[in-house]
Amino acid sequence: MNLKLKIWRQKDANDKGSMVDYDIQNVSEHMSFLEMLDVLNEELIEKGVDPVAFDHDCREGICGMCSLYINGEAHGPDRRVTTCQLHMRKFKDGDTIYIEPFRANAFPVVKDLVVDRSAFDRIQHAGGYISVNTSGNTQDANAIPIPKDNADLAFDAATCIGCGACVASCKNSSAMLYVSAKVSQFALLPQGQVEAKDRVLNMVNKMDEEGFGNCTNTGACEVQCPKGISLDNISRMNREFLSANIKKG
Amino acid sequence: MGNLNSGVPKGDLKNKWTNYKDSIDLVNPANKRNIDVIVVGTGLAGGSASATLAELGYNVKTFCYQDSPRRAHSIAAQGGINAAKNYQGDGDSTYRLFYDTIKGGDYRSREANVYRLAEVSTNIIDQCVAQGVPFARDYGGLLDNRSFGGVLVSRTFYAKGQTGQQLLLGAYSAMNRQIARGKIKMYNRHEMLDVVIVDGKARGIIARNLTTGEIERHSAHAVVLASGGYGNVYFLSTNAMGSNVTAAWKAHKKGAYFANPCYTQIHPTCIPRSGEYQSKLTLMSESLRNDGRIWVPKKKEDVESLRKGSLKATDIKEEDRDYYLERRYPAFGNLVPRDVASRAAKERCDAGFGVNQTGEAVFLDFSSAIVRYGKEQALLKGLDENDSSLIKNLGQEIVKSKYGNLFQMYEKIVDENPYETPMMIYPAVHYTMGGIWVDYNLMTTVPGLYAIGEANFSDHGANRLGASALMQGLADGYFVLPYTIGDYLSDDIRTGPISTESKEFEEAENKVKEQLSSLINNKGKHSVDYYHKKLGKIMWDECGMARTEDGLKKAMKEIKDLRDDFWKNVNVPGGLHEMNKELEKAGRVADFLELGELFAKDALERNESCGGHFREEFATPEGEAKRNDKDYTYVSAWEYKGEPSKAILHKEELIFDNIEVKERSYK
Amino acid sequence: MSKSTFYTSVGYKILMALSGLFLMFFLAQHLTINLLSVISAEAFNDASHFMGTNPLVQFLLQPVLIFAVVFHFVMGFILELKNRKARSTDYAYKNPSTSSSWMSRNMIISGITILAFLALHFLDFWIPEINTKYIVGDMSGLMPDGSFRYFQELQHEFQSLPRVIAYVVAFGFLSLHLLHGFKSSFQSIGLTNGKKRATLHKFGNIFAILVPLGFVFIALFHFLTQSH
Ligand SMILES: Cc1cc2nc3c(=O)[nH]c(=O)nc-3n(C[C@H](O)[C@H](O)[C@H](O)COP(=O)(O)OP(=O)(O)OC[C@H]3O[C@@H](n4cnc5c(N)ncnc54)[C@H](O)[C@@H]3O)c2cc1C
Ligand code: HEM
Ligand code: HEM
Ligand code: SF4
Ligand code: F3S
Ligand code: FES
Repeated sequence: MNLKLKIWRQKDANDKGSMVDYDIQNVSEHMSFLEMLDVLNEELIEKGVDPVAFDHDCREGICGMCSLYINGEAHGPDRRVTTCQLHMRKFKDGDTIYIEPFRANAFPVVKDLVVDRSAFDRIQHAGGYISVNTSGNTQDANAIPIPKDNADLAFDAATCIGCGACVASCKNSSAMLYVSAKVSQFALLPQGQVEAKDRVLNMVNKMDEEGFGNCTNTGACEVQCPKGISLDNISRMNREFLSANIKKG
Repeated sequence: MGNLNSGVPKGDLKNKWTNYKDSIDLVNPANKRNIDVIVVGTGLAGGSASATLAELGYNVKTFCYQDSPRRAHSIAAQGGINAAKNYQGDGDSTYRLFYDTIKGGDYRSREANVYRLAEVSTNIIDQCVAQGVPFARDYGGLLDNRSFGGVLVSRTFYAKGQTGQQLLLGAYSAMNRQIARGKIKMYNRHEMLDVVIVDGKARGIIARNLTTGEIERHSAHAVVLASGGYGNVYFLSTNAMGSNVTAAWKAHKKGAYFANPCYTQIHPTCIPRSGEYQSKLTLMSESLRNDGRIWVPKKKEDVESLRKGSLKATDIKEEDRDYYLERRYPAFGNLVPRDVASRAAKERCDAGFGVNQTGEAVFLDFSSAIVRYGKEQALLKGLDENDSSLIKNLGQEIVKSKYGNLFQMYEKIVDENPYETPMMIYPAVHYTMGGIWVDYNLMTTVPGLYAIGEANFSDHGANRLGASALMQGLADGYFVLPYTIGDYLSDDIRTGPISTESKEFEEAENKVKEQLSSLINNKGKHSVDYYHKKLGKIMWDECGMARTEDGLKKAMKEIKDLRDDFWKNVNVPGGLHEMNKELEKAGRVADFLELGELFAKDALERNESCGGHFREEFATPEGEAKRNDKDYTYVSAWEYKGEPSKAILHKEELIFDNIEVKERSYK
Repeated sequence: MSKSTFYTSVGYKILMALSGLFLMFFLAQHLTINLLSVISAEAFNDASHFMGTNPLVQFLLQPVLIFAVVFHFVMGFILELKNRKARSTDYAYKNPSTSSSWMSRNMIISGITILAFLALHFLDFWIPEINTKYIVGDMSGLMPDGSFRYFQELQHEFQSLPRVIAYVVAFGFLSLHLLHGFKSSFQSIGLTNGKKRATLHKFGNIFAILVPLGFVFIALFHFLTQSH
């Protein structure tokens, strides 16, 4: 199929940037979206044009590095997939495809479609861990049984890949889904209880500091999240936040 | 040819590690504050090492090329992690894990290291659970296990199909704790481009800031490489797009010996390639072989009709299917080790039984497992055992709960529903057992330079068992390196900070800049990927699942020619002082073009078949690998001498005192 | 509670939800009393008089209510402004309806409409009421003819067609506001979870449709039952 691409080009963080049009021919429906961009880049290089910079690494939907906003949706029109798992069979011959970076002031553009998501890391520094030493002198792994349901819910929350699609698709650029996934994972496990109160307060504070917006429960994040992280996690975090405040007095 | 000293402590195998730990020099906590350590890599190995070293009190500087440490390729590991916990009570023990690993590695690994690995494996699970890693549990709330290829016990811990992710996030969280305390300084989007050696010791690195293009000098008292494997030398592999050999190769060129480069693992269950544009291959976890049965049609006509599309896999009758693994290896069946399963698939496809257009695919079929689980559920729930659609539904539920995300991944890529039709799979490059040579302390031949995780030549001999790489990465990082490096650093407590103003740093920086400029200024006619794809094809054709003397010689020459052409004709657009993804790729491919040649040379030198290294000349009449223990029971460690082809071989003899060296049979 | 608690995004959310919940509670109560006007003028008069003169209602609930209304919309504006600032360069191509409802994205629009309605509504009822009671000082609630004035006054307001139309339109927006607001407030205080979520959503939708519909009914009833 033949496609018209409208891609955000921006030389560096200080450049103003704009949408630029490209045509691409003979795209196979079995290609992944990023493979389509690879082909485009090969053509651009041949023509002496700077190729389009975009982030990607694992290309199997787990590292969270890829990050495009495609036709108004984070990771494109397919559900429960990352951009690298999106395939061209989701598009038709003659389609125009808008490709933009994930946008939020907390995610400044570095170049073209590459954004800086280090704010996510900094939120984790504020409390996304359990304070155990890594010495191995811990108790036996089976000493505390954990109900399967809780273990499963904790796992589901822990599958967040930190891609930022939630922020990109939230009209408020809120990072609630991402933060709540980590808070939930630990809140659901006995190991995480000890520091639960400080964790939620510190992580929420940091999230605000980084300039993410406020959640108004629109729920777009859950729909666009490639890992299907549930809104229940946001609810749980709100609850944890309330009870942390009440308990701390 | 020298003989290498691995520094394995004397004494009884079972007590070596304990005794060693009791006798090494320690650094007092106050002094640790004055010691800097650089860690390159944030995968399971680098992440766990950084966290532990920081916790011990060292000042750690950690580097990764991704935008966050959490994205290291360990994140992609699916199936699980081994540990000799014996929670299932099926007779597992440290010795058995040790035994399985040595045997699985085709008797080409170092006994003492493997035993230590098995010994600390149980700590890993305790540690990870304490960190909040949500492993799968049973209804009693206790940890669950599954079995993996090449072993007869269930010792694999897992978190659905995302074990690597969960373990890496555990290590990442441990790092975050130390980053928050200021003990780790994290350098994201930084690529190490050289090691700096001062007075014979590794004292720092040259790194490129991938956002700005700036070349930076970083000094430390020791440097740890945890930069992962080099499977991308094949262009197509299950590795991440950015996985590279650069860090390891630059260390090699500065004096670190490179061991067993030709030991590569080709994983049997990956999604077959679909076209020229293919950029990488996707693994389907080995755990699928617990329940999936592998087959091809018995009849050529059926193969023809499958390729034409006039016949569906499900239409082929049971008696017309060749479950070739079950046929050839009745004892292990579909759960033979990876090298064996891969070669068997290649054998069938070469014989013309490949089931897709390209002729490079076999079926992985879940229908019997679905029926089996369905019946089990029906019995449990008191439902009608003979209602076949009910059985199918119940069975699919169970299969979904075990492998749901893998099935979803398959469906997204291939656009076929694997619950209804069998998956198509084919082997793909997955893991490199070879890597930088290290001694018992995990130190390379350059003092103060360490290598851990997949980057070292590791504990897996000529073939790695499933679920053992995660174990090794974490064992190295959490439990081994933090001890052994202390022994070395105890001499450095009075050294003081290492200056980056020395001529060694200057020289290294200039060389890096020179290489980068020549890439940018070359303005040739072919893109980087053009060369990478060509290299990949040579590697796959001549250094893949079956190798021959002629082929390897040809490969060495072709790679050399390709490398020369690369330096003449490569085209790298953009500039030096900016984010430039093509430039990053170019540097990596340049190193692959050198490694590839050494790889072929190593394969050529090893006149035997063992594990992942299969030489057609050395096979039994049934086509099984034939080892030559008399002449090749050693590790090949190559010393760089200006050209890959001129590398000098050093041997580390392998001595097996605690295990009987046997023919490896899974029949 | 610690001092800074509610100065966080989650804190704001919780306060927003609490004020919203309170307003919904008021709305239910308000609807009940006003529905009396449809059933019996007398009952309505009694209830209005009770509410209008009971000190607890007048000096506790009423200020709380006023505060809640003011707090809610001021906060609504502040949050909206903050959220807009969180993304200064917007997307060139937007396709939000694939993942969220119009109501959830436009609370500010439905909110402003309600605010406009409230202004009108206060002019209609509340200001005359306050004027009579506290400025003029007539707490009797009686008209010169000795009967309660409340029902009369109410009917009087619904004589004009434009006003009735304005009311009905506003109630439409109120419904849109609540279609998102109801479930949102429970989510904000952390009470939606797993299976409860679906039930709450259903209940919320019923509330968000029935309550404004009730008000529409009242407005139309009085408009239609009067001679013009
Ligand atoms: C798809 C897949 C599935 C797997 N499944 C399993 C499994 O189920 N069980 C199992 O045991 N093993 C599995 N493995 C193998 C295992 O995941 C890896 O061997 C292991 O995770 C390697 O960890 P590592 O820490 O050594 O390296 P990696 O995780 O690869 O990390 C490398 C790090 O080095 C950094 N780096 C590399 N080069 C540079 C440079 N030049 N400069 C700066 N930084 C650099 C990277 O940024 C990264 O942080 C799997 C592997 C793959 C590919
Ligand atoms: C009686 C009238 C009103 C009722 C019953 C009401 C109810 C609600 C409820 C229940 C919420 C959800 C709170 C949450 O998500 O936690 C909400 C949100 C909101 N309201 Fe109102 N509201 C009313 C009037 C107004 C007015 C006058 C405005 C003025 C602008 C307004 C603006 C908003 C906004 C912007 C939100 C979204 C903020 C958010 O969800 O965090 N509302 N309202
Ligand atoms: C047909 C519908 C309605 C009727 C007949 C009606 C009637 C009245 C009357 C008679 C009063 C004066 C009562 C008093 O102050 O003691 C009043 C006050 C008020 N009404 Fe309504 N109302 C209607 C709908 C609404 C709606 C939809 C809202 C909210 C969005 C609302 C909000 C208020 C408020 C906030 C006051 C002031 C209350 C106080 O301070 O005591 N009303 N209304
Ligand atoms: S919550 Fe979902 S969308 Fe957000 S970062 Fe995690 S995986 Fe990505
Ligand atoms: S999309 Fe945004 S508004 Fe909340 S529910 Fe998700 S963070
Ligand atoms: S590239 Fe890793 S998730 Fe897409």
